[in-house]
Amino acid sequence: MNNNADKIIKIDGVDVPFKDGQTIMDAALAADIYIPHLCHKPGLSPHGSCKLCTVDVNGRPASSCTMPASEGQEIANNTPALNEVRKSITQMLFIEGNHLCPSCEKTGDCTLQAIGYHLGMLDGHFPQFYPRREVDASHGSLVLDRDRCIMCELCVRASRECDGKNVFTISGRGTNRHLIVNSDSGKLVDSDIELEDMAAHICPVGAILIKDHGYEVPIGRRTFDIHSVAETDLDDVILTKVRHHDE
Amino acid sequence: MSKVRVGTTSLGGCFGCHMSFLDMDERIVGLMEHVEFTRSPINDIKHCEPCDIGLIEGALCNADNVHVLKEFRENCKIIIAVGACAINGGVPAMRNHFSLQECLEEAFLDEIGVDNPHIPNNKELPLLLSKVHPIHEVVKVDYYLPGCPPPADAFVKVLTDLLEGKEPSLPKEMLHYD
Repeated sequence: MNNNADKIIKIDGVDVPFKDGQTIMDAALAADIYIPHLCHKPGLSPHGSCKLCTVDVNGRPASSCTMPASEGQEIANNTPALNEVRKSITQMLFIEGNHLCPSCEKTGDCTLQAIGYHLGMLDGHFPQFYPRREVDASHGSLVLDRDRCIMCELCVRASRECDGKNVFTISGRGTNRHLIVNSDSGKLVDSDIELEDMAAHICPVGAILIKDHGYEVPIGRRTFDIHSVAETDLDDVILTKVRHHDE
Repeated sequence: MSKVRVGTTSLGGCFGCHMSFLDMDERIVGLMEHVEFTRSPINDIKHCEPCDIGLIEGALCNADNVHVLKEFRENCKIIIAVGACAINGGVPAMRNHFSLQECLEEAFLDEIGVDNPHIPNNKELPLLLSKVHPIHEVVKVDYYLPGCPPPADAFVKVLTDLLEGKEPSLPKEMLHYD
């Protein structure tokens, strides 16, 4: 009975059409409006955990990846106040792990780093945690470096929802949260993950890396060395790590 | 008009930021019309005199690093944390995964090819900190210049802004953490 095409939300004053069932993030992505996000990927169930996509909906903060779009919403997204909060969130993500970009294979292709650039983050601001976390290099083709894990659970969801497996989950609470592997030994080599799985490629940071391909594209010519995260199709960044636009 | 006095130092770093600073090449001639260096590895002056700007490269790895940093903070009107190590510990902070004892044993006792294995203990050597820290955890930092190293253009931009009495800023293309 409704004409879906006529339904509209306003994001920063711009009319954005949506269909019933879409979230604010879905509608924004379809309209090429960038809302910073780390734990969201179209096609996977929304998670709402990183909070970077927080927008003001009629004056109230909400995660745009989980908030259904509905008629009459006036949404503030790209505002100095929201971006300052997003920068603080990004700084907390940096200092809670061991994000030492110069020594990371993922540098230049890392969405966390790119969001730091996008928001103009210059320092970590908060005292560094320097947590001690386990590296799992047992698998022949993959490395799991928990130092860089931001608990976005993209790999958890990709494994369950796309690969039809259940390789990863999060264990522990608070600052003790960490990614664990579903195998008897707890090691990646004994799990049923394969190189072709989406879970092996979806990590937005350098926590799950493909062995032997880390430096095929030199530092300085990688995705976010050339593009801003706001103008980049995030699907391409995550899934085509070893390919490059000028190759 | 008197020149703006600039001091620089490398704490627990690799001097890469200083190398990148010198990558400004002939632009340093123009800069030197407005700037003079006090303590710096560039002129080998060992102590910090009162100055306007202090560029600090490197993380805090030993007691001497802390001493030098405090001397800079006491003498400089503006402190700029330069490079990944000064800002978040950088590569030196990778030793924070291990105890200091483990690091010393690996480097001086167990490493393949070590001759006359013993852990150095000369009183001339500064004591190592148990963990590596970024400099903002010990002194107030006024500005941050990220990069490993920051590009020469970024040094020129930040110093030019300060000389012109502006708040230093970086265009997006000069902002990177690697």
